[in-house]
Amino acid sequence: MSTKVIANVEVEIDTEGFMTNPDQWTKEIASAIAKEEGVELTEAHWKVINFIRKDYSEKGTAPSIRRINKVGGISTKDMYNLFPDGPAKKAAKISGLGKPQGCV
Amino acid sequence: MAIEKMEPIKKVSIIISKGSLDGVYPGLIMANGARMEGIEATVFFTFFGMDAIVKNKQKKIKIATVGNPGMHMPTIIGMIPGMSAMATKMMQKKMDELDIPPVDEFIEMISDAGAELYACKATVDMFGLTEKDFVSQVNGIINVATFYEKSAGAQIIFT
Repeated sequence: MSTKVIANVEVEIDTEGFMTNPDQWTKEIASAIAKEEGVELTEAHWKVINFIRKDYSEKGTAPSIRRINKVGGISTKDMYNLFPDGPAKKAAKISGLGKPQGCV
Repeated sequence: MAIEKMEPIKKVSIIISKGSLDGVYPGLIMANGARMEGIEATVFFTFFGMDAIVKNKQKKIKIATVGNPGMHMPTIIGMIPGMSAMATKMMQKKMDELDIPPVDEFIEMISDAGAELYACKATVDMFGLTEKDFVSQVNGIINVATFYEKSAGAQIIFT
């Protein structure tokens, strides 16, 4: 387990830079990770992040793209536009969660 | 790990040739998974695999309970009317729990994800179909030559 200072906070991360302790997450950390991933956070991004965080707190796992669409109300097309080249992975990373483990 | 030094896959061309539920899902999951990793994906539907993109077939795709050794079911049991429907229903329930969408929704999802979907010209002619028979997500009907052209620089996966 290694740590990294993101937005002036020392957080635990895995080898791919995903946070391993979601409780350490803050909005400032989200912005910093997003910048590293080449994503400039807008209101639309925050809607996704807030849903992912809320769903994670209720279910204990990061929601799939399908769940983000069906329950969170964010279309698959929008997800690919907001988080290009890996929507589920990038959104989970920015939301301070581990890498999604599902196949879909 | 040595694998990290390898050139990552940038593009895949997936051929779906089998029409049962267990025939179409692997290709669909691989196409969707590719897009999720930022990999370009083209899906080519041929023979009975085309059921996945034909309007009145899409929702009727079932799992084969006869001639499918993976089911571990004696042929005489698999033949019982309703057996295939029941096995299909059970599998669909399980897949829904795993957040794997039904075929029609999966096709929409893969298209929305930016993958291109094509129907095989030879099969279209053989089955006497026209463009109107296909769901709106299909990008076109193409022949094998065009498939190879579109697959330039891609890994081709046959399912």
